[in-house]
Amino acid sequence: MTAVADLPRRAPSRSWRKFRRNPAALVGGVVVAFFVAIAVLAPLLPIPDPAATDWGAIRKAPSMAHWLGTDEIGRDILSRMIWGAQASLLAGVVSVGIAVAVGVPFGLVAGYFGGWTDGVISRATEALLAMPFLILAIALAAFLGPSLTNAMIAIGLSAVPIFIRLTRGQVLSVKTEDYVEGARAIGLGHLAIMGRYILPNVIPPILVQATLTVATAIIAEASLSFLGLGQQPPAPSWGSMLNTAKNFLSQAPWMAVWPGTAIFLVVIGFNMLGDGLRDALDPREH
Amino acid sequence: MLRYILRRVLIAVPTLILVSVFVFTLQKLLPGDPVLAMAGEDRDPATIAFLREKYRLNDPILVQYFVWLGDVLRGDLGMSLRTGLPVTELIAQKLPVTIQLAIMSMFWALLIGIPMGIVSAVRKGTWADWLANIVALSGLSVPNFWLGIMLILLVSVNLGWLPASGYESPFVDLKRSFQTMLMPSLVLGTGLAAALMRHTRSAMLGVLQSDYIRTARAKGLAERRVILRHAFRNALLPVVTLTALLFGELLAGAVLTEQIFTIPGFGKLVVDAVFNRDYAVVQGVVLVTAVGFILMNLLADVLYVLLNPRMRDAL
Repeated sequence: MTAVADLPRRAPSRSWRKFRRNPAALVGGVVVAFFVAIAVLAPLLPIPDPAATDWGAIRKAPSMAHWLGTDEIGRDILSRMIWGAQASLLAGVVSVGIAVAVGVPFGLVAGYFGGWTDGVISRATEALLAMPFLILAIALAAFLGPSLTNAMIAIGLSAVPIFIRLTRGQVLSVKTEDYVEGARAIGLGHLAIMGRYILPNVIPPILVQATLTVATAIIAEASLSFLGLGQQPPAPSWGSMLNTAKNFLSQAPWMAVWPGTAIFLVVIGFNMLGDGLRDALDPREH
Repeated sequence: MLRYILRRVLIAVPTLILVSVFVFTLQKLLPGDPVLAMAGEDRDPATIAFLREKYRLNDPILVQYFVWLGDVLRGDLGMSLRTGLPVTELIAQKLPVTIQLAIMSMFWALLIGIPMGIVSAVRKGTWADWLANIVALSGLSVPNFWLGIMLILLVSVNLGWLPASGYESPFVDLKRSFQTMLMPSLVLGTGLAAALMRHTRSAMLGVLQSDYIRTARAKGLAERRVILRHAFRNALLPVVTLTALLFGELLAGAVLTEQIFTIPGFGKLVVDAVFNRDYAVVQGVVLVTAVGFILMNLLADVLYVLLNPRMRDAL
């Protein structure tokens, strides 16, 4: 019997090597990992309660006591920023999860079966794409009612057509491959062909798109929370912090600077990571 | 050509019908019974019955949809609960303001995005390309409402150069109108400029590798002429299409930009409607935006064919 240690180590794949050599992608990955870490570790970090008010420290500029200053009711901005990262990242990941979970199956079915099934799904996708992402998300959030959960549902549903269209296009090119024809020839059912032979081959572009859409979803969540349609007070979120901050621009500019910087950094991180993944996974780039 | 346009219009019809179905469905997402909310606290059964009859809520949903669609086709998007005005009238009042914002934003986007894309492609791999890519990536990643807040902080609060909010019609005071729209349009334009830059760069890179560019260079034409007359003219094609498609992004971006700079446009109308639970207005805005977007799509397709002699001849 061969010991595990004796097995030849699998050479790192070409894509992974390409990804590792892309400094921008690595920087993006580090930025994203940093924000994920602080979001996950928020309960363990030695920071004040994000909802604790201090009437003796209202709108204090950054200092040793409050590194990023305090807000209009004396809450520590650093603490609210760290807890706010949870809301932003959760919204980004969950809404994209919803979009993928709904969009990919529809895209698979449309691309695989073609005909009128494709016609109906594609027309519906076009109709959804005709409504600008944020306007649709705002309208859905408004009709569903303001809350972080509903904002995530609204953003997720608004992003569904992106994944339907992408998956459909990928399936159209994969389904003519010889191995799919082969699977059909040996009598495998549609579900098995789609699940075992088509889906694994359309995952790379979906992964790239999902990473880039997380960036869009984070901005969308911040936008909805900024409008009061996302995370509800007193729970912290970067968007709602900016909403309050705009009323105190001359007295406490730091209230606006930090949450916006955080949104910018995390979004650029996801965009760099997504661009890097695309370059690494795109066969034309090899 | 006419046949092509007609065919494109026909293809847009099912999309328009589905958009109307989605927009109609939006109101059905409302939690609770809207009639109970309208009937007030005493919830008088007679009032409830009257409201149900008035809004045809006792009819099957399909009938309700067709009644609503019939009204929409006649230009009746319902009444705003808040203002008591027809939604169509409200939209007609606010739309010109947003169109002004959109035109100015598009101007900045084209002015910044296209030259940056050309330089970046022509100087591929140099520091200029690197810098342009970083600027574009930043432009795509910055939330425009935050950029607006930062500009207000810098330009209005600290320097006092421009008004932080408000709006003036260009027909009343052109200078003031420009001053009030300068920051909002720059905020909206930068995001679009980033998208245009990336698109122009990639289109230019494709064109610069083609044979006719090599021929033009071999003929001894000046590099500037090769780039502007030969390469850019051909790279412009996908850029024109994208510009038309960015219209949707512009409207979505306008929602937050108008909110920040207190501009009484289309975007502010929808946000105010959301907070006043004025759902007919929200529906109306979504519908008009979607129809506008589909029309811009159509325009982009037609322009593409008009500008591309090969496609024109093929029709």
